[in-house]
Parts: sequence; structure tokens; C-alpha cells
Amino acid sequence: MPEQRLAYLNARLLDPASGRDEVGHVLIEDGLIAAVGSDIFPNRVPDRTEVIDLDGLCLAPGLVDMHARIGEPGAEHKESFESAAAAARAGGVTTLCTLPNTEPVIDNVALVEYVHRRANEGSDVHIRPFAAATQGLNGRQLTEFGLLQAAGAVAFTDGDRAIADATVMRRALSYSTAFDVLIVQHAEEPSLAHNGAMNEGELATRLGLKGIPTAAETIMVERDIRLVEVTGARYHAAHLTTAKALDAMRRAKADGLPVSCGTAPHYFSLNENEVNGYRTFAKVSPPLRSEDDRRAVVEAIRDGTIDVISSGHAPEDPEAKRQPFEQAAFGAAGLETMLALGLQLHMSEDVPLLSVLACMTCNPARLLGLDCGVLQAGHPADLVIFDPGAPWVVDSKKFRSKSKNSPFDERPMQGHAVRTVVEGRTVFVRRVER
Amino acid sequence: MADKACAIPDRAYCSPPMNAPDALPDLPFPHRHLLGMQELSRSDIQCILDLSEQFIELNRQDNKKLRDLQGRTQINLFFENSTRTRTSFELAGKRLGADTINMSVEASSTKKGETLIDTAMTLNAMHPDVLVVRHPDSGAVALLSQKVDCAVINGGDGQHEHPTQALLDALTIRRRLDRLEGLTVAIAGDVMHSRVARSNIYLLNTMGARVRVIAPPTLLPSGIERLGVEAFTDMRRGLRDVDVVMMLRLQRERMQGSFLPSVREYYHFYGLDHEKLSHAKPDALIMHPGPMNRGVEIDTEVADDIHRSVIREQVEMGVAVRMAVLRLLVAGRGNGNGGNA
Repeated sequence: MPEQRLAYLNARLLDPASGRDEVGHVLIEDGLIAAVGSDIFPNRVPDRTEVIDLDGLCLAPGLVDMHARIGEPGAEHKESFESAAAAARAGGVTTLCTLPNTEPVIDNVALVEYVHRRANEGSDVHIRPFAAATQGLNGRQLTEFGLLQAAGAVAFTDGDRAIADATVMRRALSYSTAFDVLIVQHAEEPSLAHNGAMNEGELATRLGLKGIPTAAETIMVERDIRLVEVTGARYHAAHLTTAKALDAMRRAKADGLPVSCGTAPHYFSLNENEVNGYRTFAKVSPPLRSEDDRRAVVEAIRDGTIDVISSGHAPEDPEAKRQPFEQAAFGAAGLETMLALGLQLHMSEDVPLLSVLACMTCNPARLLGLDCGVLQAGHPADLVIFDPGAPWVVDSKKFRSKSKNSPFDERPMQGHAVRTVVEGRTVFVRRVER
Repeated sequence: MADKACAIPDRAYCSPPMNAPDALPDLPFPHRHLLGMQELSRSDIQCILDLSEQFIELNRQDNKKLRDLQGRTQINLFFENSTRTRTSFELAGKRLGADTINMSVEASSTKKGETLIDTAMTLNAMHPDVLVVRHPDSGAVALLSQKVDCAVINGGDGQHEHPTQALLDALTIRRRLDRLEGLTVAIAGDVMHSRVARSNIYLLNTMGARVRVIAPPTLLPSGIERLGVEAFTDMRRGLRDVDVVMMLRLQRERMQGSFLPSVREYYHFYGLDHEKLSHAKPDALIMHPGPMNRGVEIDTEVADDIHRSVIREQVEMGVAVRMAVLRLLVAGRGNGNGGNA
């Protein structure tokens, strides 16, 4: 007899992994999903079960955010694990992967263990650290992939820095195959992007800002694809933003290479014009691109070239953003707007809802070898329950995140999480104002 | 086609200085700040140029002092080295009767970690009436203008804009050739890194001139044609039949970042000499914002050609244009206390 039993009734069940989209119920026992479907309670709900009738709200696997920068250790005033977890809960995110570009850099076993311990004490969402691929992100010496993986690192990346040297990248990919770990690349050729602040083109020329050409991304992705060909390693380009890089990725996938890629909501929701007027909240890395590139990102999500939508959460304090554009920090807070922007992609660009959700749940979980992200019996009951039609307006002052640097501030949105569940426990409930 | 609404009786500026600020007509210049030429309309530009004409006369008199800005405080806030522009703004302010203070912030507070915005707040608390700001970062002057209560004049921000330079260039051309509309102007040199080029492109387009830019491909910024110019990498072709040649200063640092192989090669293909100039109209004007690198972007003889080079005249027009801008933005307007006149 399980100790705790809970049933969510009459939900629109959304499981991108199996393609399920139907009204039905979920039974949870001891933190695991015990049964899912429209006919799991043919007669009545079993005795001693807590019952919550969702009355048609959507129920999906909790979001798995594959790319969030947290300030801890080193910049806790921008974001701590606690504040990040609070923002994640409110955003429907139940698993949060953190980047290693902290101070100090997460590049050794002790630090991975520290993050693991710090992150999961007092945090009720799962925090999974990515470890640095090279020591101190120096782009030269590899970190201890095997030992770091054993300590809890789920992937390897140099964060917002590209692994630029081709030989180092080749060796990182090659070595990673011994442990079957994923190498995540910030796909931007640094010598072309050097000192750039925004997308290269007419607007950058008008604003007198140094541009980052789209070729910086294309070149890195195409080079890396050739190295994957040589090594057979699993490679993931963190945030792709350009039509040409996505074409390269599409071809590599057609060739059967073990490559994948992601993007972030700002790359399918915004274009470079957001930067006009020197709006530093729209300064992100890689930069916002042209409208044609934005559309290419939408199409790549639709056709499955893009596997992952991550928040790209990069908290910055006001001092880092209230600067002349070229001096301002890169980054946008994204945890609390990710789900709504994904829903917007479904509603205004007509991308199937299950395709959008796959990019935020089962796809990243599969790439990282995590047990979550699916709505099936035997898996952890990490869930998000959302109202896809609820209108709201982004008010960054009300973010749970410590940082308020959202380019979407004051924008109207549709759809948000009303309840977030981790291992069967409700960790967030939105108070409904009606 | 001078904007009538902006015309000011000539006498007021040629007669001895005696007008009290309160008695000035309220000028319909619809801007709080001068941040860039991109924001100005044709009539705004005409208004400034017309008023500048009258200050030229004044500047040639023995007594150059007006009282238009008496009691007003002008701070020249320079985050970047400048002698010419700063001096020109200082003289302009002083001749209008303002109290003018120069602040060079280069190595002082910003190095100590004080942000641009802190600097702006500090100065704002001293109730200046106008800040003239030069800064090495594009957009920095606009950012600063959002944080202060007084008028802000962009004295050059990064690679973005240098509006008073474009205005003084326009005034120089207009006085020599009587018009701007319909002229063909070539801007030659390091267009990519030049705020002077950008401001001139916007102004000249707004006034109906045809603009060409001439530069080696590495110094042509991406999408420059979209700003409404024709781009040339062959200087002779670019200069064909132009009315005005504006040369840009070439920073010697450009030889480092693999923009250019050598000064020698640059001068050979892009330096303005008599031979290349012969492709322009016979009476084409030669301009340069200064300071010149003789033998790099311009031949000494060409620069000193008294019939065609208007380089010294540009400096003179600079003071007049800056007086006009100060006068339009400051006189008759409240400062501080959020008084958005």
C-alpha cells in the first residue's frame, strides 16, 4: 500500500514523448506516476486518494530547462539557488540545469559536489549542474569528465564561451565518448564575434555598434559538425539563432550524426529591432538576429531540427545593464516567461503544442539521460499544470528571480503555470485573481 | 526655402548685445536635446542653419559677446580627448554669455568605478542648463540625457553620431554653393568607424543631397547602402562629378586590426591628391573635420588649396553652429525641477 496517493482528474493530458493529447487523469503514488489516461479509473477513484479536479486545465511533464546561468557561487546578488528555484517553480520548470561559468568556475569534483549539495538542500526543484569542459574555461585543458560525471555533472560546456580551438574541441568530443556525456557548445567563433554587441547589419551600422556576423555562428556549427563526424561524439549547440546554422544542423541530422541543438524564447519571439534605442535588456549572447533568422528558428522548431528550448536565463543586476550598450552585460532573465513564450509560439506561429512542449521536456531529458520529462507510469511525478488561455502582463518587478532584466517586461502574455509539482509534491500554486 | 517660423530679425544679432533673455521670442525648436541628425527634420536643420548665419557675422565683430545665455551654466563633459570640439563649444557658450565649465572625466571618476549614470546624477544636482557630452561609447550620450533635467548636446558618441559636425559641414557647403538640395557629396575614408560620416549621411539625405561613400571594403560598414548612400571602393569612380569631397580622418590604429595593410597603400588608393580630385567637378569643395593626417588621407597641397579647401572655414562655422544649437536648446527654457519647456 503506497503511503501517499494523489489523483489529478479531468486534465488535458499532454505527453510529447508518446504523443498523448487527451482529457484524462493521472494517479501519483509516492512521488511517481502510477497511471495516466482517460480510463484509469473505470469505476471510481481508489480509496484514500487525495483528488484534485483540474476541470480541463493542461497537465504536462514539468519543464526541463537545459540552460540557466545561476549566480552561485560568486554572484549570489544576481541569483542564488533559492531565488532561481523560486523563479523556476513559478515558471513551471521542475529541472534546472546550471552553467559552470561561475566564480569560481565549476571545473572540479569538489565544486560539482558543492553545487549538488547547495542546490538541492532547501530547493524543491531538481538542479543539475553542467560542468566546465575545460579547466577554468581556459579552452585548453580538459576537465575530468569521468569523475565529474560521477559527482553529478550531467553535461560539459564552457558556458557562454565557445570552445574555440579546433584541436581542443576535437579532443573534448573524442574523450567524451568514453563516458557517453554530452558536449554543449556556445556556437560562436570568438575571433569573428570579438567585441561585438549586436547582430551585424544596417541597424548596428546606424547605432554605431560593432556587429556580430551570422557567419560567427555558422562557421562554428559547421566546424563542430565535421569534428563530430571524426569523433562520433554527442554534440549539442546551445542556442542557435541563424537560418544558415540551422540548415547545417538539419543536414547533419539527415546524415545521421549524433548532433542536437537548442534555442531560447527570445530567439523565436524577438528580432534585432529590440535593440533600437540602445535597449540593453535586449543585449543577449548570441545576439538577437534579423526577422528572417527569427522565422527560421520558428521553422526549425516546427520541423524538429531544434530539439531544445531552454530559458537561456542569464540574470544581471541593474548596474550591469544601465550602461552604454557596448559596456552593458549580455543576458536576459528567462525562467518566468519561458512557458508563456512557448505557448505563444504555438498560438501565434501555429507550431503544434506537443512539438513546443517536447523541446522543453522529453527532448532535453533524453539528451541528458534524465528520468523526467515524460508523463508515463514509473517516471517521477514532475508536472506542470497550466492554463493556456490565462491572460497576464509581464511585470519584472514581481519576478521571483533576483534579477529583473527581461526584454519582455510589460508585454501581454497568454498562459501560465497554475501549479508545479515535483515528485508528487506541489511546490507552487498560483493564486488566481478573478 | 528658409523656415519662416524660425527666422529671427537680423538686427537682433548684429546690433550690440543688449537683449535680456526674457525678451527673446520663444523659438519653435521642438527638441529638448540634440542627440543625432537621425532625429532632425528638414525644417529643424534649416532652423539651426539660418540662425547660425547670423552668428557668423557676430563672430567677426570686435565685440562678440551676447547675453542670451546670461546666468546659464554650460558644462562640457568630455570622456574622450578633444581640443577642437571642446574649444568650439566653450567659445560658443561664452559668446552667448553662459558660464562655461570644462570637465574631463577620462581618467578620473569612471576609472574609480563610478558609472556614467552616477556622473550624470552628480552633475545634474549642480543644476546646469546644458551638458555638452562626448563619450567613446555609442549611445552613451542618449543614455545620459535620460537621467538629467537639462538639455544635452551630443559632442560625439562612439561611432554613432556627431551632429554639430554635420551641421557645421552643411553650413559651410550652403554658404559656398548656396544650397544642399541636389548636390552630390562624397564622404571618403574610414566610414566604418566614423560618427562624422553617419551624421553627415543623415543630414545630407534629409536635405535632399545625394550621398556617396568611398572606402576600402574593410572600412565600409555592413548594410551602409540601406542608409541611403551609394558605396564605392574605387575612389576615382566615387569622385566622378561630385560637388563636395568630405575626407575622414584615418586612425593609425586601423593598420593593426587587419583593416588595412599599410599607410602607403591607403594613401595610394584612398588619399585625396590632385589626380584623384580631377575626377570631381572642377570647383568641388574639399572638406575635412580635422585633425588632418597629411600624407595619409589627404595631400598637403590639396588641403591647403585656398580656392577649394574650406577646411578652415569649417572651424569658423563650428562656433556659429554651436551657438545656434545652444541658443535654441537653452535660451528661454527652464532647467531643473523637471521643467520640460
